[in-house]
Amino acid sequence: MYLEIITPDKKVFEGEVESAIFPGSEGSFQILNDHAPLISALGKGPVTYRNKSGEHTLSVDGGVVEVLKNKITVLAESASA
Amino acid sequence: MASLKEVKGRISSVMSTQQITKAMKMVAAAKLKRATDNIIQMRPYAQKLNAILQNVTAGMEGSVDNQFAQEREVSKVLIVLLTSDKGLCGAFNGNVIKATRQLLVGKYAAQHQAGNVTLMPIGRKAADFVRKGGYKTVNEYSDLFTRLNFNAVREAAEFAMAGFAKGDFDRVEIVYNEFKNVATQILKTDQFLPIMPTVSEVSEASSDYIFEPSKEYIVQELIPTSLKVQFYKSLLESNASEHGARMTAMDKATENAGELLKELRLTYNRTRQAAITKEILEIVAGAEALSGK
Repeated sequence: MYLEIITPDKKVFEGEVESAIFPGSEGSFQILNDHAPLISALGKGPVTYRNKSGEHTLSVDGGVVEVLKNKITVLAESASA
Repeated sequence: MASLKEVKGRISSVMSTQQITKAMKMVAAAKLKRATDNIIQMRPYAQKLNAILQNVTAGMEGSVDNQFAQEREVSKVLIVLLTSDKGLCGAFNGNVIKATRQLLVGKYAAQHQAGNVTLMPIGRKAADFVRKGGYKTVNEYSDLFTRLNFNAVREAAEFAMAGFAKGDFDRVEIVYNEFKNVATQILKTDQFLPIMPTVSEVSEASSDYIFEPSKEYIVQELIPTSLKVQFYKSLLESNASEHGARMTAMDKATENAGELLKELRLTYNRTRQAAITKEILEIVAGAEALSGK
């Protein structure tokens, strides 16, 4: 599935991932392939995604994530590695 | 008639001025490119945010209740005015300041008389205007253009939003130049808060989303974000407009210098020719006097 992490300043990450873990406002959750459509608010915390080159973590401070047809879009106010 | 040397001096001074304006135009063009890039960078974020907001609110009944949408009687006003840090960009800054003055004596005259209008200048020229005028101000964000990124701008937006939520301000307006194209800036006064009720097209939710934790929560989270993005967008627009305005102003200046040079060169050549003619005349007259005894 495809993951995009966008902030108002720039696109922080985009690419194919196998799984991703998000800091939901009510606890963190993981998204795997073929997840049902979802819109969730995010809290402050790490976003971890796994792709071919291994596991990567970014920290975001709030925002929202949309999952639709194996495309995940994260809108964060700021994101840093 | 001016002496040859004088004209020569003027020519070289105009030439060096022209070189400076040409260089400034080039610099402005490069910066404009970066400024428009910034706007383009932000676009996917803003679009996605709006799409999600619309998706979430599509299924909701009635208008969304939010502390930022509260209409109150307007007694305290915050005006955010966006100018540049540097001058030499035509009427760019003057327009913003003029519009702000008009707000103060027109729309918000009563509030201004009562001393209830606060100005938030962003950009050094706006700060200068506010300081000289002795208005009530919030000054700590005036240098935002030196570090134009979302994180810095966010603080200013949050200040205005917190002020509105607490009741320090009943209305927040932004005066800025919108970027249309390089040659055109449109001066705009936007109401930032309270949020203007938007007529959203009825779009059925494209998919059956799961909302986590709830629609209402997401909306309450997203509205402040979208406000901050709107604020940031105004700053980016103003920044791009500034460089566009400077580019046109400097282009005009370079052109004018060129015309001036043309005139000066003509004067120079005329003077030179007159001097030569005079010399020849003198020589011929001298020779005549010697030979024709």
